Amino acid sequence: MSNSKLTRRGLLKTGAGAGLALSAPTLFTGASWAASHTGFTNAPTGSTVTIGFNVPQTGPYAEEGLDELRAQELAVEHLNGEGDGGMLDTFSEKNLDGTGILGKKVEFVTGDTATKSDVARASARSMIEKDGVTMINGGSSSGVAIAVQGLCQEAGIIFMAGLTHSNDTTGKDRKANGFRHFFNGYMSGAALGPILEKELGKDRRAYHLTADYTWGWTQEESMIGSTEAIGWETANKVLTPVGAGDFSSYITPVLQSGADVLVLNHYGGDMVNSLTQAVQFGLRDAQANGKDFQIVVPLYSELMAAGAGANIKGILGSMNWNWQLPDEGTAAFTKSFGEKYGRPPSGSAHTCYVQTLLYADAVTRAGSFAPCAVAEALEGFEFDGMGNGPTLYRAEDHQCFKDVLVVRGAENPTTEYDTLEIVEVTPVEQVTYAPDHAMFGGAEASLGSCNNGA
Amino acid sequence: MLGLTKKDGTLFIAVVLLTVLAPFILNPFPENSAMAQFNAGYPDLMQRFVIFGIFAMGFNILFGLTGYLSFGHAAFLGVGSYATVWMYKLLSYNVLPGLVLAIIVSGLFALLIGYISLRRSGIYFSILTLAFAEMSYRIAFSDLLGRFVGTTITNGETGLQVYSNDPQILLGQNGIEATHFFGFEMGASRILEMAGWSFTFNFGFYFCAVIFMAMFYMTIRIFRSPFGLMLRSVKSNQQRMNYTGVNSKPYTLAAFVISGMYAGLAGGLLAAMDPLAGGERMFWTESGAVVLMTILGGAGTLLGPILGAGFIKYFENIFSKINDNVLHSWFAFLPDGMENFMVTIIHPFVGKGWHLTLGVLFMLIVIFLPGGLVEGGQRIGRLFGRKKSEAEPKPGAIKPAE
Repeated sequence: MSNSKLTRRGLLKTGAGAGLALSAPTLFTGASWAASHTGFTNAPTGSTVTIGFNVPQTGPYAEEGLDELRAQELAVEHLNGEGDGGMLDTFSEKNLDGTGILGKKVEFVTGDTATKSDVARASARSMIEKDGVTMINGGSSSGVAIAVQGLCQEAGIIFMAGLTHSNDTTGKDRKANGFRHFFNGYMSGAALGPILEKELGKDRRAYHLTADYTWGWTQEESMIGSTEAIGWETANKVLTPVGAGDFSSYITPVLQSGADVLVLNHYGGDMVNSLTQAVQFGLRDAQANGKDFQIVVPLYSELMAAGAGANIKGILGSMNWNWQLPDEGTAAFTKSFGEKYGRPPSGSAHTCYVQTLLYADAVTRAGSFAPCAVAEALEGFEFDGMGNGPTLYRAEDHQCFKDVLVVRGAENPTTEYDTLEIVEVTPVEQVTYAPDHAMFGGAEASLGSCNNGA
Repeated sequence: MLGLTKKDGTLFIAVVLLTVLAPFILNPFPENSAMAQFNAGYPDLMQRFVIFGIFAMGFNILFGLTGYLSFGHAAFLGVGSYATVWMYKLLSYNVLPGLVLAIIVSGLFALLIGYISLRRSGIYFSILTLAFAEMSYRIAFSDLLGRFVGTTITNGETGLQVYSNDPQILLGQNGIEATHFFGFEMGASRILEMAGWSFTFNFGFYFCAVIFMAMFYMTIRIFRSPFGLMLRSVKSNQQRMNYTGVNSKPYTLAAFVISGMYAGLAGGLLAAMDPLAGGERMFWTESGAVVLMTILGGAGTLLGPILGAGFIKYFENIFSKINDNVLHSWFAFLPDGMENFMVTIIHPFVGKGWHLTLGVLFMLIVIFLPGGLVEGGQRIGRLFGRKKSEAEPKPGAIKPAE
């Protein structure tokens, strides 16, 4: 039972205990993330360097994550001189010779982001604190990418974003330690605008169904911006929860709204479900305002196309990269990926592969793993031979600028992998914007200063 | 000592010692050995052990003592995190105002939810709390509240975080840009290298640990108080209590609010270690996890929920990181065919399949040790006790259950 008599001895003991507890913090004064005095977080000391692959292995974007993981393992093989070298031979920089990075063999650890910011950050923190990674690569959701990017900035390591398409990643949430190779919502809108005008005409009313998070919001904003610029009207825009599964209640009102185009700002499993249901509800065969009803999916991926099957026939969208491109970088990567895994790589796999090589190359050119040196080597870096043509890593916002693909669901696919056909390669000039563009945080957005950590 | 009986005092001292020496205990394998994979002594996980220990301890005050099974405790965890991050955004990165606000806000929130939910008991109470938690999750995840008032409250799916253009009125010119406690940064660590071993002493962990010990002490006092006895009698027979003229509702409501405040404190500490609050923290799986922790460790015991929290967090963070590459390196000594066979067998249980391993262990524990890990410990203790009196101890009988 309770016995709270205050004795002199008890008081003395408590006092001493409290004093000890209060003085404990003095042990830590001055120290920070790591005690090693090499000037930056997780400086590799032995003959190896560890990098982290943080991808969704569960949740609605798991398919993309697993494909990213395959590509990242392939990239590590190529960096360590195993396999056929893939894009190392077509890359315009010739610093990587298959001996790892700066002579250190590349090792990697993997983690599951579960497409949740919290889980992703926990996984990234354990990679930084336990496994001592110098760089984290991958991810398949903009919300997660922004969260992990912030963490890497605080910890003082490099973050190479995987599949993240929100304007915010290199817009209002841009960070000095974070880099994005993938394209973004604005670029999709800018590339799709003229094609939509040509194919569907100027007099259309669009109905937006949008995934309710940073990517969906900026994607919708970008699509409305570019479609209203060609004279379209926006009938309605509706936010849907991520991972909803059933979209029928959102699709039923579309036909009654007076719209004649449905824009699906969905991705991954969500897009597969919403598109399939839209087709089942007969939207493809419907007539509205005297025109054929049309569906647009601004961001496509091979894995989604495979999931949606015959429903994607004829539907327009945009992509960062496709394995059917004719250049030699694409051919080399597709060949070595295909030989190892028996299937062509997806766009997100390509981005993660390229990001790993770009990081390795930047470290080699900088001669150091220190994040600030690597960032400096990547800023304003121009390269070619990685499947996207000449590409620039812009210094102001750490966004890659390159051509964007406009694609369409193939009418007569011959295998399960060529379900998308390339309509147009939109030149980079058409999708370039100013670093202080209003959709990217305006003049206020800044990278901050790069962080070396310890 | 400190108003505790001898037995409780010993338990308290044992927990204090285990917590203070955690960096040593959790890093039993040398840094470069193959077993280093199983080391858990890095700051992030150690912090999670004590923070979720607090969370489960608070849940146990409600579930273990009164028997009311709340399925929505993650809501308080999330509310605590959001409150703390808002204090960073408005004031500065000092964690103290945030933690105080986290406890207050989660307490008020628990009062509201508890007042309504406690009108029912049993399964209806569980469903009501679950409904409230799901509502909170949806509101936080799509920032409905923020849209309603025209600003950001939870920042939706991206999670609430501090931006450089936030007011932070107490930050000053050269303020610290990381979470700290009066200048001592949570991320600060000292590493002790000793003959191949590497031990990390992290200020954030010890900050959480001191709060954890204080909370553990408070839990013991609650368990042993007349108030605690009242809660136990609610569990054993609430109807009889009501018939004898005792109004049990104030007691259950108080227990609900107290455990909500524990959860809020845990949420605040999560945000103190990592200044971001995500809506996922309120998802029903988190509420389910704390129920698992408590049952796995032993509901109604002092130590059980803490052990359960440690057990689950260990699996979540260590087993989920074992990928095929690691497996191949373990079995590299076997011939190729055997190696691939072993990897194929183990593959579903590690990496993203860690839930499967946890599920199997949970089943085994619930079936063979209904009292949780604590019961396992007691059985081992009894075996040892008998060992002294018996002439021939059974070899290998120390293992709990099967």
